[in-house]
Amino acid sequence: MDLARLTRIDETTWRIDPHGAMRVPAIVYGDERLISDMDDKVYEQVVNVAMLPGIVQASYAMPDAHWGYGFPIGGVAAFDAERGGVVSAGGVGFDISCGVRTMLTDLKVPDVLSVQKTLADSLCRQIPAGVGSTGAITLDTIEMDAMLSGGARWAVDRGWGDASDLNRIEENGTMAGAMSECVSERARERQCREMGTLGSGNHYLEVQAVAEIFDAGAAKVYGLAENDVVVTIHCGSRGLGHQIGTEYLREMVAAASASGITLPDRELACAPINSDVGQRYLGAMRAAINCALANREILGHFARRVFSHFFPGRTLSLLFDVSHNTCKVEPHVIDGKRRHLFVHRKGATRAFGPGHESVPADLRQAGQPVLIGGSMGTGSYILAGEASAEQKAFSSACHGAGRAMSRHAALKQWSGRKIQDDLRAQGILVRSPSTRGIAEEAPGAYKDVAAVVAAAEHAGLARRVARLRPLVCIKG
Amino acid sequence: MSGALVATKGDPRWEHFPHAADVGVRGFGKTAAEAFEQAALALTAVVTTAEVRPAVSVNVECEAPDVELLFVEWLNAIIYEMAVRRMLFSRFAATIEGMRLQGTLWGEPVDVARHTPACEPKGATYTALRVSKDESGVWTASCIVDV
Repeated sequence: MDLARLTRIDETTWRIDPHGAMRVPAIVYGDERLISDMDDKVYEQVVNVAMLPGIVQASYAMPDAHWGYGFPIGGVAAFDAERGGVVSAGGVGFDISCGVRTMLTDLKVPDVLSVQKTLADSLCRQIPAGVGSTGAITLDTIEMDAMLSGGARWAVDRGWGDASDLNRIEENGTMAGAMSECVSERARERQCREMGTLGSGNHYLEVQAVAEIFDAGAAKVYGLAENDVVVTIHCGSRGLGHQIGTEYLREMVAAASASGITLPDRELACAPINSDVGQRYLGAMRAAINCALANREILGHFARRVFSHFFPGRTLSLLFDVSHNTCKVEPHVIDGKRRHLFVHRKGATRAFGPGHESVPADLRQAGQPVLIGGSMGTGSYILAGEASAEQKAFSSACHGAGRAMSRHAALKQWSGRKIQDDLRAQGILVRSPSTRGIAEEAPGAYKDVAAVVAAAEHAGLARRVARLRPLVCIKG
Repeated sequence: MSGALVATKGDPRWEHFPHAADVGVRGFGKTAAEAFEQAALALTAVVTTAEVRPAVSVNVECEAPDVELLFVEWLNAIIYEMAVRRMLFSRFAATIEGMRLQGTLWGEPVDVARHTPACEPKGATYTALRVSKDESGVWTASCIVDV
């Protein structure tokens, strides 16, 4: 991205003044290197979002932003229904409620190293991953409806989870306002055999070591200490979310045109929040959020089963579960007034600061855990939301490292087998049905996650609590 | 990546083009329908470059207000069949009349050991969406697929 096209506000805040059809400015967070390495398409997309009706305050891009479709990945935008605001299927993305959960294990690194290979093999067998995999769970119409309304609570009620997890999941495990009747037969059909599956692409289950603590106070609140072992799962709403995204995107292209909304890019297809299609999308999207919450709960349960075999009597307790592709109604104070806004986060994590009422009581003093998935080589981070994120970006932060290179380019540069061997030499065991998939997800294809989280911290979005180093990575 | 999953003479008839997180598919043909068929091969190549046997056929139908949206519908129809049938497809036939497409897909169930599928297409997007005919009469159909 050409730095000359942005106004630098401070070291990690860059502004694009409204021009053309922009209704609000665009704000991009990141240090000079991250911003200059961002694709020009990020500039174009964050500007396009600023043109949508009813947008409030600014169109934001997080430090891990990269070229998406419609919205940038790492895009945040809030809309006011009372002022003609819109909801955008493209602003949520195809993998609705894709997110990350991290579970604490009460194990130390040496415990895992002694069984690392067999643990990796066992997880690989027990966690359905990759194209063509099916879960052990098949849902009929009644169970599908119950899942779409109940989310992680449904999974717990069916015995695929633990009730103590629920208050460590956003929305306490159940997204209110889901309307399963707005979910098509085709979306249901794509999902009926996909519960408890990881998917593919950048989705993973990792066994990780806590490699470094940055904020001892918050780490204590979160139950993290150096050399602890945690399990992190990254996946979303599987085929159901993909199909809902596809169908409503199509419908919103027509709806936007019918509502007289000029789209700078068809992928920004949207509909007024107060419209039939807008409301139906919100109902279906919330059902897909429940699907993702249930799916991660079930995968967590599968991981628990494997761990209980290797480490009898030990328990895995959920630290937190965050979603990073959502549209949620949240109260935010704008110009001194509390307004309910429809906050789109596409590849961005909610990041409520210390004391926020929506953070579980036992974590509240530290702020909401913000779980950042890095690449399989460089590791991941646990951050804590900052109160200043409210003013900076509607309480949002980055969601991952962000890709620096296309899959296409990664394939040309790396061999999956060699990456697997190199990582094994570093003590990281990778299991995947596809070596090509490993090459596409090569650590070098991602931005420097350390720079991304440092920028998020400097920008006042979220502060670093711990760095995680992978020990085992199950890739889809 | 470019090439042909089924034997065709001459230049590659489809290709992938880069996108930061996802992948672009592009097909070329003497007609829009042929470009659609070729782009479908590019879609399969997102998942696997192994041989996919055209053992079973599946019929699809779709329609849209314009030819570009029809292209996205076509790819999404294939993605849907791949997902619910857990199949991969290697031969495609499409006919377009007006803004209505009738197509047949030939393929086989995913065999993880043999196909070593890389990543799963989630949906075709309207980003970099273009269906057009150049001066020499060659049709191109392309868009970004979310994976």
